[in-house]
Amino acid sequence: MIEIRGLTKTYRSGDIDVHALRGVNLSVAKGEFLSVVGPSGSGKSTLFNILGGLTPPTSGSVQIAGRDLLKMTDAERTDLRKKSVGFVFQKYNLLPTLTAADNIAIARDIAGNNVENDPQFDEIVNLLGIRERMHHKPRALSGGEQQRVAIARSLVNHPAILLADEPTGNLDTENSNAVLGILRDLNNRVGQTILMITHNPEAAAYGHRMVRMRDGRIVE
Amino acid sequence: MVNRLVFENLKHRPVRTLLSAILIGVGVTMILSLVGVSRGVTGDMSERSRGTGADIVVRPPGSSVFNMSGANMLDKVVDLVRREPHVALATGTLIQPVGPLFQSIAGIRLDEFNAMSGGFRYIAGGPFTGPHQLIVDDVQARTDRLHPGSTLNLGNKWRVTGIVESGKLSRMFAQIEPLQEEYSQTGKISAVWVKVDDPANIPAVIASLQEKLDGYKVLSMDDMTSLLTANNLPMIENFTKVVIGIAVVVGFLVVFLSMYTAVLERTREIGILKALGASPGYILGILLRETVLLAIIGSIFGILMTYGAQILLRAFAPTFPMLIVKLWWPGTAALAIAGSLIGALGPGFKAAKQDAIEALSYD
Repeated sequence: MIEIRGLTKTYRSGDIDVHALRGVNLSVAKGEFLSVVGPSGSGKSTLFNILGGLTPPTSGSVQIAGRDLLKMTDAERTDLRKKSVGFVFQKYNLLPTLTAADNIAIARDIAGNNVENDPQFDEIVNLLGIRERMHHKPRALSGGEQQRVAIARSLVNHPAILLADEPTGNLDTENSNAVLGILRDLNNRVGQTILMITHNPEAAAYGHRMVRMRDGRIVE
Repeated sequence: MVNRLVFENLKHRPVRTLLSAILIGVGVTMILSLVGVSRGVTGDMSERSRGTGADIVVRPPGSSVFNMSGANMLDKVVDLVRREPHVALATGTLIQPVGPLFQSIAGIRLDEFNAMSGGFRYIAGGPFTGPHQLIVDDVQARTDRLHPGSTLNLGNKWRVTGIVESGKLSRMFAQIEPLQEEYSQTGKISAVWVKVDDPANIPAVIASLQEKLDGYKVLSMDDMTSLLTANNLPMIENFTKVVIGIAVVVGFLVVFLSMYTAVLERTREIGILKALGASPGYILGILLRETVLLAIIGSIFGILMTYGAQILLRAFAPTFPMLIVKLWWPGTAALAIAGSLIGALGPGFKAAKQDAIEALSYD
């Protein structure tokens, strides 16, 4: 599903070149739940941003579902985000003016996917336990509920991979366990490929496999 | 779905939305009120000219239909006109500017004027009988709170003898001879109003008068009233263009500021939309739809405020009749939308070009 070879990313901060990724090699199989751990500045978030098509790589090869990110234009990366990747962020990132249902619907709208009746998505909403909260705006939802809505939104267009960046970073233990349980359930039930970035070893343990990053490289 | 987001975004900041819409509306009101007043005033002039009952009007050389005042022709022109075949009645009037801006007294020979116009309808009081006496119409009476016996200071003091229904030539009337003497215009008039024996003879009388009164303006009432439109007033036309320009610039600035603030405030939300795969066009589309909705709301406010302006003018300046020119609504709204859209383009492109990662890290 994901094949990364010799991936580098250098960006400019003021007058200094920052080498965020220094030759990352990684393979993620379809249906795998991979945890990426590492300290701050290890390059986890840069890897997340490249895999999500939010920023282009500098060199190397990144294949997602057979598409090479290095050769993609801005428009193609936008298309990748629309159709092939789902994001779950630490800060939930729901649109505050829309209800939970509309936050999910707008992701569907952006992807040009107007299918209203989707039994698989209905199952996911049931699994997330948010059906009763769909007509509330984010300010009326708890952190755990907001993150569940964000997970539902990330899955509404059936992405090839779900990228989760510290999905439990803003949650208490109970909600953290619930959200991680949901991610594992999704992986088990619908075979969703998940790549989760975290610095929490307990959270990382929910994945099938864990890789550790340091100084822009995968070290184990 | 986008429409719901647009609506919710506007609802999310009700004060900003309301103020922006009102400010866009002010521009719309400015245009519609100016057009309404210019149409109202010229329409009123036209109606009052017809109220004389005349079929033809004779004006001195170089005069304008919009300015009936001035005494540039001799009283004896009236006698010349009277001698013309098919002329049933002819009377000379002097329109003498007095007092503050736009005020004037029509000097008339009451019996002749009554014979031509069908006579004044008195609401109160009666006709003047001597110098420094005035008949005023109901609009002027309402404006200056006049009644029979009131004194009006127009440079000199004038006593009101009667209030009449409006619609005949002027708002204030006095005996012509004392008025001519008072303003050193003895033997001079502003216009000759002519009634012919049969409307079919109007062209023949005009042709004959034009031949005899070389350089004078001899117009049928139809021709004269057709000239009394705002479009024939270059000053008003230019002023309208200036006001339209100001309204468009105001709309542009209001929306520019409003949308610029909105884009800054919603940086993170723009980042979220980009992360979900929204293209620059999709983001620009949201802001432009928001702008169009804002401009439509503003235009509706503007139209409603035009009715408010009409009510205010009726109450405080009834001599400036204002029409509600519905024909101008779509065009003015289109201008407001266009100005607003231009204002939204800058912030819109800024939002569309926003870097998703930077936007997502914005707090």
